[in-house]
Amino acid sequence: MPQILVQDLAKTYRVAERAPGMLGAVRGLVRRRWRTVEALKNVSFSLERGELLGFIGPNGAGKSTTIKILSGILRPDSGRVEIEGLVPYADRIKHVARIGVVFGQRTQLWWDLPVIDGFDLLRDIYRVDPQRYKATRDELVAMLRLEKLLDQPVRQLSLGQRMRAEIGAALLHEPSILFLDEPTIGLDAPSKLAVREFVKKLNQEHGVTVLLTTHDMHDIEALAQRVIVIGHGRVLADSPFEALRADVLAERRLFVDFAQDAPALDLPGVEVRNRDGRSLELAFDPRITSAPALIAAITARHAVEDIHVEQPAIEEVIARFYDLHGANEA
Amino acid sequence: MNALALLGRYFAASMRSQMQYPASALMLTVGQLASTAIEIVSIWALFDRFGAIKGWELGEVMFFYAFVGVSFAFADFLTRGFDVFGSDFVRTGAFDRLLLRPRSAALQLVGHDFRISRFGRFFQAAIVLAVATQMLHFVWTPQAIALALWTVAGGVALFSALFVLQAVLAFWTVESLEAVNALTYGGVYAGQLPISLYARWLRTFLIFIVPLACVAYFPVLAILGRSDPLGAPDEFLPVAPLAGFIFLGLSLLAWRFGVSKYTSTGS
Repeated sequence: MPQILVQDLAKTYRVAERAPGMLGAVRGLVRRRWRTVEALKNVSFSLERGELLGFIGPNGAGKSTTIKILSGILRPDSGRVEIEGLVPYADRIKHVARIGVVFGQRTQLWWDLPVIDGFDLLRDIYRVDPQRYKATRDELVAMLRLEKLLDQPVRQLSLGQRMRAEIGAALLHEPSILFLDEPTIGLDAPSKLAVREFVKKLNQEHGVTVLLTTHDMHDIEALAQRVIVIGHGRVLADSPFEALRADVLAERRLFVDFAQDAPALDLPGVEVRNRDGRSLELAFDPRITSAPALIAAITARHAVEDIHVEQPAIEEVIARFYDLHGANEA
Repeated sequence: MNALALLGRYFAASMRSQMQYPASALMLTVGQLASTAIEIVSIWALFDRFGAIKGWELGEVMFFYAFVGVSFAFADFLTRGFDVFGSDFVRTGAFDRLLLRPRSAALQLVGHDFRISRFGRFFQAAIVLAVATQMLHFVWTPQAIALALWTVAGGVALFSALFVLQAVLAFWTVESLEAVNALTYGGVYAGQLPISLYARWLRTFLIFIVPLACVAYFPVLAILGRSDPLGAPDEFLPVAPLAGFIFLGLSLLAWRFGVSKYTSTGS
């Protein structure tokens, strides 16, 4: 029996369409016009204890809806969810005591209270045994380097500091599953690294199952062993990260600034994506042409001022992924 | 930790966070005291001009006024989370956060915030009651005190219920409807005077629909030892505050319905 079992999940929202302005608001109370949005059509997957799953897809793909259902705050129209033997939305209070949730853009701490006071309140809310709480808290404080932040009101923390405190707060009751929704959004580079390092450690050393949604491919790259791509309310791919990368992220971009106007290039497996005066943007498949070989081929024939390789942005990759995977149904 | 002890922790936390800005808390409290004091001045002016009105003298009316004030101040103190529910929880999505914790959402909303400033109204009403006691040469017997506590309890239940209903509406309208203020704040004004002064339809409304009369008018008559000029039986007067608890029970049912609507639509 997997720790998390999700079968044939479907969810449709009715969204009220409201005419603008005061008059529209009043009219909306009397007669509403509804638009239905199929957030989830058919989502199934399962997760074993100790897995670290990355959940990706563009906005509106159904990620948040899935997370909300798994965390027990939303009821699906049909389908089945079982997490450690409980149906989250039917057994909300029991279920949420066993999970930890971090929403990147929302705080669960108390704005005007010092971090430590918020932690203490959470201890009482989650009914954590005081002895056990002390041990867990001290360990989290050390791992997340919160020592100096504990006595500061949350409102005085930087975003990166706050995120570390949020993650600590979500783990005080020692949940066996952690949901992370965009945990690195808006963070500076060192904070992102600190968050990733911690999540990895938590998963590997403490065996906590982690389900992570993100738009940051570097999060996925650094963390996830397995990736689910969700789009149009369906699971479009469910595979180990390396397999997905080979499949979809194969394309690389090469940006070249030439000393003169950009020449015409005719290299196998290389496509010119953009041409602008002395600059060229090339797309190539690293399985056909390696980056060093390509760079060597270009620099051997032309004078080059600057050159760098990039991976395409995740949104672009996902968009292409849709083209490849029959997303035209939408 | 049980719910009551947890509320104690929430209370302490709320006090601590307001004490981050002690001057602001003090000013707000004084402001509430001052703004409500103007109400009693206007009532005093009315009676000063006309003497007794329909058989009610100023001291008696001040009793009604004081009980409504004390009840409302407590309810407002306890249910701030429901008051700001639409704007601070539904619209921002913060309600999800409450649902992610292993406690009832209603308990967490009560614990959300306890506004110190509400003591402004409480003190004002307490002073009015003390002055009225002097004016009527009223003697606080143990029975009168017990009845007074029971009346306030019923009043707190009723006003809390109105804030809960306001929050329930927010599940549908997102923003808390100002219309409900007609019931909460309007209710405070209506309950401050003896309902025998009102037209029949308004009396019916205040007895049977939103039973404000049951937590102010009727039991305060019993405290004052007066019979109801409208003819309600004397035995009914002291049990009337029960209506406040029934009303609260019904509003909590509506609340549960609202929460289940929220978890099935996500908005």
